[in-house]
Amino acid sequence: MDTAGATRILAVVTPDSGLVGPGGAPVFMAHSQEEQERLALLLARIMGGVPHDLENGVYIVVKHS
Amino acid sequence: MQNHVLTILLGVVAGTLARLVMLRSDYRHYPSYPHGFVTHISLGFIAALVGAVAVPALAKPDYVAATFLILAAQQFREIRNMERETLARIEQTKLVQRGSDYIEGIAGVFEARNYLVIITALATSGANHLWGWPVALGVAVISLVISHLLMQGECVGDIADVVPGKVHFDRSLLMVGDVVIMNVGLPAFREKVLEEGRGVVLKPRDDDARLTLDSIGQRQAILHDISVILGTKIDEKEMEFMPLAKKNADTGEIGIFLLPNEPDLECLVEIIKKVPVIESSKARPLSSYYGRRAAD
Repeated sequence: MDTAGATRILAVVTPDSGLVGPGGAPVFMAHSQEEQERLALLLARIMGGVPHDLENGVYIVVKHS
Repeated sequence: MQNHVLTILLGVVAGTLARLVMLRSDYRHYPSYPHGFVTHISLGFIAALVGAVAVPALAKPDYVAATFLILAAQQFREIRNMERETLARIEQTKLVQRGSDYIEGIAGVFEARNYLVIITALATSGANHLWGWPVALGVAVISLVISHLLMQGECVGDIADVVPGKVHFDRSLLMVGDVVIMNVGLPAFREKVLEEGRGVVLKPRDDDARLTLDSIGQRQAILHDISVILGTKIDEKEMEFMPLAKKNADTGEIGIFLLPNEPDLECLVEIIKKVPVIESSKARPLSSYYGRRAAD
Protein backbone atom coordinates (compact mmCIF):
# COMPACT_ATOMS: atom_id res chain seq x y z
CA MET A 1 0.00 0.00 0.00
CA ASP A 2 1.32 3.43 -0.90
CA THR A 3 1.30 5.57 2.24
CA ALA A 4 3.57 8.36 0.99
CA GLY A 5 0.73 10.85 0.64
CA ALA A 6 -1.39 9.57 3.52
CA THR A 7 -2.07 11.28 6.84
CA ARG A 8 0.22 9.82 9.49
CA ILE A 9 1.37 10.38 13.08
CA LEU A 10 4.90 11.76 13.18
CA ALA A 11 5.33 11.88 16.97
CA VAL A 12 3.49 11.42 20.25
CA VAL A 13 4.10 13.70 23.24
CA THR A 14 2.79 12.42 26.57
CA PRO A 15 3.27 13.08 30.27
CA ASP A 16 2.42 9.44 31.08
CA SER A 17 3.88 6.49 29.18
CA GLY A 18 0.92 4.37 30.30
CA LEU A 19 -1.36 6.33 27.96
CA VAL A 20 0.52 5.27 24.83
CA GLY A 21 1.00 1.77 23.48
CA PRO A 22 3.81 0.57 21.22
CA GLY A 23 3.49 1.68 17.61
CA GLY A 24 5.17 3.21 14.64
CA ALA A 25 5.53 6.79 15.88
CA PRO A 26 8.26 7.90 18.33
CA VAL A 27 7.00 8.80 21.82
CA PHE A 28 8.42 11.83 23.66
CA MET A 29 7.97 12.15 27.42
CA ALA A 30 7.24 15.56 28.95
CA HIS A 31 7.42 16.45 32.63
CA SER A 32 5.04 19.38 32.62
CA GLN A 33 2.19 20.79 30.59
CA GLU A 34 4.42 23.65 29.47
CA GLU A 35 7.19 21.31 28.31
CA GLN A 36 4.67 19.16 26.51
CA GLU A 37 3.23 22.09 24.55
CA ARG A 38 6.70 23.33 23.68
CA LEU A 39 7.80 19.85 22.54
CA ALA A 40 4.69 19.45 20.40
CA LEU A 41 5.31 22.85 18.78
CA LEU A 42 9.01 22.13 18.15
CA LEU A 43 8.29 18.73 16.64
CA ALA A 44 5.58 20.21 14.46
CA ARG A 45 7.87 22.95 13.18
CA ILE A 46 10.82 20.60 12.60
CA MET A 47 8.85 17.97 10.72
CA GLY A 48 6.21 20.11 9.05
CA GLY A 49 3.33 18.55 10.97
CA VAL A 50 0.37 19.90 12.92
CA PRO A 51 -0.02 19.39 16.71
CA HIS A 52 -3.34 17.87 17.83
CA ASP A 53 -4.78 17.38 21.30
CA LEU A 54 -6.35 14.00 22.15
CA GLU A 55 -7.92 15.57 25.27
CA ASN A 56 -6.55 12.83 27.56
CA GLY A 57 -3.22 14.58 28.10
CA VAL A 58 -1.61 13.19 24.96
CA TYR A 59 -0.54 15.37 22.02
CA ILE A 60 0.19 13.95 18.60
CA VAL A 61 1.97 15.63 15.72
CA VAL A 62 0.29 14.69 12.47
CA LYS A 63 1.43 15.06 8.89
CA HIS A 64 -1.66 15.76 6.81
CA SER A 65 -1.64 14.69 3.17
CA MET B 1 -13.13 42.88 -53.66
CA GLN B 2 -13.53 46.21 -51.87
CA ASN B 3 -16.69 44.88 -50.30
CA HIS B 4 -14.90 41.75 -49.03
CA VAL B 5 -12.12 43.81 -47.46
CA LEU B 6 -14.67 45.81 -45.44
CA THR B 7 -16.53 42.59 -44.51
CA ILE B 8 -13.37 40.94 -43.20
CA LEU B 9 -12.15 44.12 -41.50
CA LEU B 10 -15.41 44.67 -39.63
CA GLY B 11 -15.50 41.02 -38.55
CA VAL B 12 -11.90 41.05 -37.32
CA VAL B 13 -12.34 44.31 -35.42
CA ALA B 14 -15.59 43.16 -33.78
CA GLY B 15 -14.10 39.75 -32.87
CA THR B 16 -10.90 41.17 -31.42
CA LEU B 17 -12.92 43.73 -29.47
CA ALA B 18 -15.06 40.92 -28.08
CA ARG B 19 -11.91 39.13 -26.88
CA LEU B 20 -10.66 42.35 -25.24
CA VAL B 21 -13.97 42.84 -23.46
CA MET B 22 -13.83 39.28 -22.13
CA LEU B 23 -10.19 39.52 -21.10
CA ARG B 24 -10.01 40.71 -17.56
CA SER B 25 -7.20 40.15 -15.13
CA ASP B 26 -8.85 40.35 -11.74
CA TYR B 27 -8.19 39.01 -8.26
CA ARG B 28 -7.69 35.52 -9.62
CA HIS B 29 -4.35 36.75 -10.98
CA TYR B 30 -4.98 35.16 -14.27
CA PRO B 31 -4.02 35.71 -17.02
CA SER B 32 -0.83 37.34 -15.89
CA TYR B 33 0.12 40.68 -17.38
CA PRO B 34 1.57 41.26 -20.00
CA HIS B 35 2.56 37.91 -21.51
CA GLY B 36 -0.72 36.11 -20.90
CA PHE B 37 -2.50 39.15 -22.36
CA VAL B 38 -0.46 39.06 -25.55
CA THR B 39 -1.08 35.34 -25.99
CA HIS B 40 -4.82 35.65 -25.56
CA ILE B 41 -5.25 38.77 -27.68
CA SER B 42 -3.22 37.14 -30.48
CA LEU B 43 -5.32 34.00 -30.33
CA GLY B 44 -8.44 36.16 -30.19
CA PHE B 45 -7.29 37.99 -33.33
CA ILE B 46 -6.74 34.69 -35.14
CA ALA B 47 -10.17 33.46 -34.02
CA ALA B 48 -11.72 36.72 -35.27
CA LEU B 49 -9.97 36.31 -38.61
CA VAL B 50 -11.26 32.74 -38.94
CA GLY B 51 -14.81 33.92 -38.27
CA ALA B 52 -14.58 36.99 -40.54
CA VAL B 53 -13.13 35.18 -43.56
CA ALA B 54 -15.82 32.49 -43.51
CA VAL B 55 -18.56 34.65 -45.08
CA PRO B 56 -16.57 35.91 -48.11
CA ALA B 57 -15.26 32.34 -48.61
CA LEU B 58 -18.80 30.97 -48.75
CA ALA B 59 -20.01 33.87 -50.90
CA LYS B 60 -17.34 33.43 -53.55
CA PRO B 61 -18.16 30.40 -53.37
CA ASP B 62 -14.98 28.66 -52.24
CA TYR B 63 -16.11 25.65 -50.24
CA VAL B 64 -12.59 24.27 -49.87
CA ALA B 65 -11.56 27.44 -48.06
CA ALA B 66 -14.66 27.24 -45.87
CA THR B 67 -13.80 23.63 -44.94
CA PHE B 68 -10.28 24.64 -44.01
CA LEU B 69 -11.69 27.35 -41.78
CA ILE B 70 -13.69 24.75 -39.89
CA LEU B 71 -10.49 22.78 -39.39
CA ALA B 72 -8.75 25.92 -38.14
CA ALA B 73 -11.56 26.53 -35.65
CA GLN B 74 -10.97 23.10 -34.16
CA GLN B 75 -7.46 24.17 -33.18
CA PHE B 76 -8.96 26.32 -30.46
CA ARG B 77 -9.62 23.19 -28.49
CA GLU B 78 -5.90 23.29 -27.75
CA ILE B 79 -6.42 26.45 -25.70
CA ARG B 80 -8.20 24.43 -23.05
CA ASN B 81 -5.21 22.08 -22.76
CA MET B 82 -2.79 25.00 -22.68
CA GLU B 83 -4.64 26.69 -19.82
CA ARG B 84 -5.08 23.46 -17.93
CA GLU B 85 -1.40 22.56 -18.13
CA THR B 86 -0.23 26.02 -17.10
CA LEU B 87 -2.58 26.26 -14.12
CA ALA B 88 -1.87 22.69 -12.99
CA ARG B 89 1.85 23.43 -13.00
CA ILE B 90 1.46 26.63 -10.98
CA GLU B 91 -0.77 24.73 -8.57
CA GLN B 92 2.14 22.81 -7.06
CA THR B 93 3.60 25.94 -5.49
CA LYS B 94 0.33 27.39 -4.19
CA LEU B 95 -0.24 27.32 -0.43
CA VAL B 96 -4.00 27.24 -0.95
CA GLN B 97 -4.64 25.44 -4.21
CA ARG B 98 -7.30 26.22 -6.77
CA GLY B 99 -8.26 22.57 -7.11
CA SER B 100 -8.73 20.63 -10.33
CA ASP B 101 -12.42 21.57 -10.69
CA TYR B 102 -11.62 25.28 -10.68
CA ILE B 103 -8.78 24.77 -13.17
CA GLU B 104 -11.07 22.83 -15.51
CA GLY B 105 -13.65 25.60 -15.20
CA ILE B 106 -11.14 28.34 -16.06
CA ALA B 107 -9.68 26.30 -18.97
CA GLY B 108 -13.18 25.67 -20.35
CA VAL B 109 -14.06 29.36 -20.13
CA PHE B 110 -10.94 30.36 -22.07
CA GLU B 111 -11.85 27.96 -24.86
CA ALA B 112 -15.46 29.13 -24.93
CA ARG B 113 -14.37 32.77 -25.19
CA ASN B 114 -12.59 32.08 -28.46
CA TYR B 115 -15.70 30.44 -29.90
CA LEU B 116 -17.68 33.53 -28.90
CA VAL B 117 -15.08 35.61 -30.76
CA ILE B 118 -15.57 33.47 -33.88
CA ILE B 119 -19.35 33.83 -33.64
CA THR B 120 -19.10 37.61 -33.14
CA ALA B 121 -16.80 37.98 -36.15
CA LEU B 122 -19.00 35.69 -38.24
CA ALA B 123 -22.20 37.54 -37.36
CA THR B 124 -20.66 40.97 -38.01
CA SER B 125 -19.08 40.08 -41.35
CA GLY B 126 -22.26 38.23 -42.36
CA ALA B 127 -24.40 41.29 -41.56
CA ASN B 128 -22.08 43.52 -43.56
CA HIS B 129 -22.20 41.17 -46.54
CA LEU B 130 -26.00 40.97 -46.54
CA TRP B 131 -27.16 44.38 -45.33
CA GLY B 132 -24.21 46.78 -45.30
CA TRP B 133 -22.03 48.30 -42.62
CA PRO B 134 -24.62 50.23 -40.55
CA VAL B 135 -26.41 46.96 -39.74
CA ALA B 136 -23.05 45.22 -39.20
CA LEU B 137 -22.15 47.78 -36.54
CA GLY B 138 -25.43 47.13 -34.76
CA VAL B 139 -24.88 43.37 -34.93
CA ALA B 140 -21.34 43.82 -33.59
CA VAL B 141 -22.58 45.75 -30.56
CA ILE B 142 -25.34 43.21 -29.88
CA SER B 143 -22.83 40.32 -30.21
CA LEU B 144 -20.46 42.03 -27.78
CA VAL B 145 -23.23 42.45 -25.22
CA ILE B 146 -24.39 38.84 -25.65
CA SER B 147 -20.79 37.57 -25.32
CA HIS B 148 -20.38 39.54 -22.13
CA LEU B 149 -23.65 38.23 -20.70
CA LEU B 150 -22.84 34.62 -21.61
CA MET B 151 -19.59 34.87 -19.68
CA GLN B 152 -21.35 35.74 -16.43
CA GLY B 153 -22.26 32.52 -14.68
CA GLU B 154 -23.88 31.79 -11.35
CA CYS B 155 -22.19 32.78 -8.10
CA VAL B 156 -22.25 31.15 -4.65
CA GLY B 157 -24.38 34.06 -3.41
CA ASP B 158 -27.09 33.04 -5.93
CA ILE B 159 -27.47 29.52 -4.54
CA ALA B 160 -26.78 29.93 -0.82
CA ASP B 161 -27.22 32.39 2.04
CA VAL B 162 -23.79 33.50 3.20
CA VAL B 163 -23.83 34.57 6.85
CA PRO B 164 -21.11 35.22 9.45
CA GLY B 165 -20.53 32.23 11.74
CA LYS B 166 -19.29 32.29 15.33
CA VAL B 167 -15.76 30.91 15.75
CA HIS B 168 -15.59 28.97 19.03
CA PHE B 169 -14.17 25.82 20.61
CA ASP B 170 -15.73 22.64 21.92
CA ARG B 171 -12.72 21.64 24.05
CA SER B 172 -10.04 21.11 21.37
CA LEU B 173 -12.43 21.14 18.42
CA LEU B 174 -12.66 24.34 16.41
CA MET B 175 -16.23 25.09 15.40
CA VAL B 176 -17.85 27.60 13.06
CA GLY B 177 -21.49 27.84 14.11
CA ASP B 178 -22.32 24.18 14.74
CA VAL B 179 -19.94 22.80 12.11
CA VAL B 180 -16.80 21.02 13.35
CA ILE B 181 -13.78 22.35 11.46
CA MET B 182 -10.70 20.71 13.00
CA ASN B 183 -8.79 19.78 16.12
CA VAL B 184 -6.46 22.55 17.29
CA GLY B 185 -3.84 21.14 19.65
CA LEU B 186 -1.99 23.92 21.40
CA PRO B 187 -3.70 26.42 23.74
CA ALA B 188 -1.63 29.24 22.22
CA PHE B 189 -3.00 28.39 18.77
CA ARG B 190 -6.54 28.31 20.12
CA GLU B 191 -6.17 31.80 21.54
CA LYS B 192 -4.89 33.09 18.22
CA VAL B 193 -7.74 31.42 16.36
CA LEU B 194 -10.34 32.92 18.73
CA GLU B 195 -8.79 36.35 18.38
CA GLU B 196 -8.07 36.54 14.67
CA GLY B 197 -10.02 33.71 13.04
CA ARG B 198 -13.11 34.45 10.98
CA GLY B 199 -15.97 32.09 10.22
CA VAL B 200 -18.75 32.03 7.66
CA VAL B 201 -21.67 29.65 7.25
CA LEU B 202 -23.15 28.83 3.83
CA LYS B 203 -26.81 27.85 3.97
CA PRO B 204 -27.87 26.19 0.70
CA ARG B 205 -31.25 27.43 -0.56
CA ASP B 206 -32.38 24.12 -2.09
CA ASP B 207 -31.30 20.53 -2.79
CA ASP B 208 -29.44 21.56 -5.95
CA ALA B 209 -27.39 24.07 -3.97
CA ARG B 210 -26.76 21.58 -1.18
CA LEU B 211 -25.28 19.05 -3.58
CA THR B 212 -23.28 21.71 -5.42
CA LEU B 213 -21.69 22.90 -2.16
CA ASP B 214 -21.04 19.26 -1.25
CA SER B 215 -18.46 19.20 -4.00
CA ILE B 216 -14.90 19.37 -2.69
CA GLY B 217 -13.91 21.25 -5.86
CA GLN B 218 -16.46 24.00 -5.21
CA ARG B 219 -15.32 24.37 -1.61
CA GLN B 220 -11.67 24.49 -2.65
CA ALA B 221 -12.49 27.25 -5.15
CA ILE B 222 -14.07 29.28 -2.33
CA LEU B 223 -11.05 28.73 -0.07
CA HIS B 224 -8.68 29.74 -2.86
CA ASP B 225 -10.52 32.95 -3.64
CA ILE B 226 -10.81 34.13 -0.03
CA SER B 227 -7.14 33.32 0.66
CA VAL B 228 -5.99 35.18 -2.44
CA ILE B 229 -7.91 38.32 -1.51
CA LEU B 230 -7.69 38.45 2.29
CA GLY B 231 -4.45 36.48 2.77
CA THR B 232 -3.80 33.62 5.19
CA LYS B 233 -1.37 33.09 8.06
CA ILE B 234 -0.15 29.73 6.86
CA ASP B 235 3.30 29.06 5.54
CA GLU B 236 5.12 26.17 3.96
CA LYS B 237 5.03 23.27 6.45
CA GLU B 238 3.13 25.42 8.98
CA MET B 239 -0.37 24.36 8.13
CA GLU B 240 -2.14 24.58 11.50
CA PHE B 241 -4.14 27.63 10.40
CA MET B 242 -5.16 26.17 7.06
CA PRO B 243 -8.42 27.64 5.73
CA LEU B 244 -11.00 24.87 5.72
CA ALA B 245 -14.59 24.29 4.58
CA LYS B 246 -16.46 21.51 6.35
CA LYS B 247 -19.98 20.23 6.07
CA ASN B 248 -22.70 19.74 8.64
CA ALA B 249 -23.86 16.33 7.47
CA ASP B 250 -27.37 16.82 8.90
CA THR B 251 -28.23 20.18 7.39
CA GLY B 252 -25.84 20.41 4.43
CA GLU B 253 -24.57 23.75 5.72
CA ILE B 254 -20.92 24.52 5.07
CA GLY B 255 -18.75 26.10 7.74
CA ILE B 256 -15.77 28.06 6.42
CA PHE B 257 -12.81 29.01 8.58
CA LEU B 258 -10.07 31.47 7.62
CA LEU B 259 -7.27 33.10 9.59
CA PRO B 260 -6.79 36.09 7.32
CA ASN B 261 -4.21 38.85 7.13
CA GLU B 262 -7.10 41.27 6.66
CA PRO B 263 -9.72 40.18 9.20
CA ASP B 264 -12.67 42.00 7.63
CA LEU B 265 -15.71 39.78 8.07
CA GLU B 266 -17.97 41.89 5.84
CA CYS B 267 -15.52 41.60 2.93
CA LEU B 268 -15.14 37.87 3.55
CA VAL B 269 -18.90 37.38 3.20
CA GLU B 270 -19.03 39.47 0.01
CA ILE B 271 -16.07 37.63 -1.55
CA ILE B 272 -17.68 34.25 -0.92
CA LYS B 273 -20.95 35.47 -2.45
CA LYS B 274 -19.09 36.32 -5.67
CA VAL B 275 -17.14 33.05 -6.04
CA PRO B 276 -18.30 31.45 -9.30
CA VAL B 277 -20.24 28.20 -9.15
CA ILE B 278 -17.89 25.73 -10.83
CA GLU B 279 -19.46 24.10 -13.88
CA SER B 280 -18.26 20.59 -13.04
CA SER B 281 -19.50 20.95 -9.44
CA LYS B 282 -23.01 22.01 -10.40
CA ALA B 283 -25.56 19.42 -9.35
CA ARG B 284 -29.21 19.25 -10.38
CA PRO B 285 -31.03 16.57 -8.40
CA LEU B 286 -34.21 18.65 -8.59
CA SER B 287 -34.22 18.23 -12.38
CA SER B 288 -35.07 14.59 -11.91
CA TYR B 289 -38.52 13.31 -10.96
CA TYR B 290 -37.32 11.31 -7.96
CA GLY B 291 -35.05 14.15 -6.87
CA ARG B 292 -38.10 16.45 -6.65
CA ARG B 293 -40.19 13.80 -4.95
CA ALA B 294 -37.50 13.07 -2.36
CA ALA B 295 -37.06 16.79 -1.66
CA ASP B 296 -40.68 17.17 -0.47
